[in-house]
Amino acid sequence: MSGPRRTDPSGLERYYVLTGGRSGPGGSASTLDVATLIVSRAAAVPGMQHEHEEILRRCRDPLSVAELGAHLGLPFNILAVLLADLLDAGRVEARDPIPASGVGSGPDLALLEEVLSGLQRL
Amino acid sequence: MDFKGFDHPDRQTDGGTRSVKVMIAGGFGTGKTTMVRSVSDIKPLTTEETLTQASADVDNLIGVADKQETTVSLDFGKIGINDQLVLYLFGTPGQERFWFLWNGLFKGALGAVVLVDTRRLASSFRAIEEMERQDVPFVIALNVFPDSKDHPIEEIRDALDIPPHTPIVACDARDRTSSRDVLIALIRHLKERSAVALESR
Repeated sequence: MSGPRRTDPSGLERYYVLTGGRSGPGGSASTLDVATLIVSRAAAVPGMQHEHEEILRRCRDPLSVAELGAHLGLPFNILAVLLADLLDAGRVEARDPIPASGVGSGPDLALLEEVLSGLQRL
Repeated sequence: MDFKGFDHPDRQTDGGTRSVKVMIAGGFGTGKTTMVRSVSDIKPLTTEETLTQASADVDNLIGVADKQETTVSLDFGKIGINDQLVLYLFGTPGQERFWFLWNGLFKGALGAVVLVDTRRLASSFRAIEEMERQDVPFVIALNVFPDSKDHPIEEIRDALDIPPHTPIVACDARDRTSSRDVLIALIRHLKERSAVALESR
């Protein structure tokens, strides 16, 4: 059972240190979704913050923000701050989930067909 | 496939994999986590948000480290659709009042499955209202528990006030094929909606 993992009592302090005191995602990370795929576009460099390095390593193949958060044990907001650094430096690329396009028009039929045939193969 | 935003498509080494997401909503104890678990290719994971982080500015965090945190978690799983496409399934938190915490949790979702326990219809009212309010297309999945009474679907449609075009299907969330069939019902529903939208253009 993947129940909620309680953060340790000093969790907030740890996050404060990790993010250099920055809160909430801003700029390039403000549109990050839990299903956004992150892909590394550069290798880790010496002296890089451990968490940044870890993100680059784990995202050699595309990985969702939600999976990254689960693997690194970081809440969404904190991870978004770290991802913003990497996005701004061009070290990762973010691919938002393909949206249900425009209100009233719904997602593209070809995409739905693709999802449907994938599900039918399960 | 949409490659919008790729400045250097030739640099892609991963084939440009993209994602889509589907939300699994419903009241507390209706089987959301069970469904995510039964149909996921990976062992389901949990991602978290801490309420204090979301609601307080950093300045306010100093000195509140001993404050009681509310951790809200989101169970999720994934299904590889093909080499280029991954479907993520997110079970919404039981406490609907926390749904605002994630950057548009429902925004960008293809649609949602709203799980209903027919023994406790009212527990899913809030989830249905929320889908309607946020204009998220959905199907209703009646999770059949061993002691569930056999209710005619139309009776349940009336009781939940579900419009005629919204599918209602029965399922066993513990069963992979049954849960997959609910997802198939959702995608078919989305296709119909898209087709109708195209015709009426």
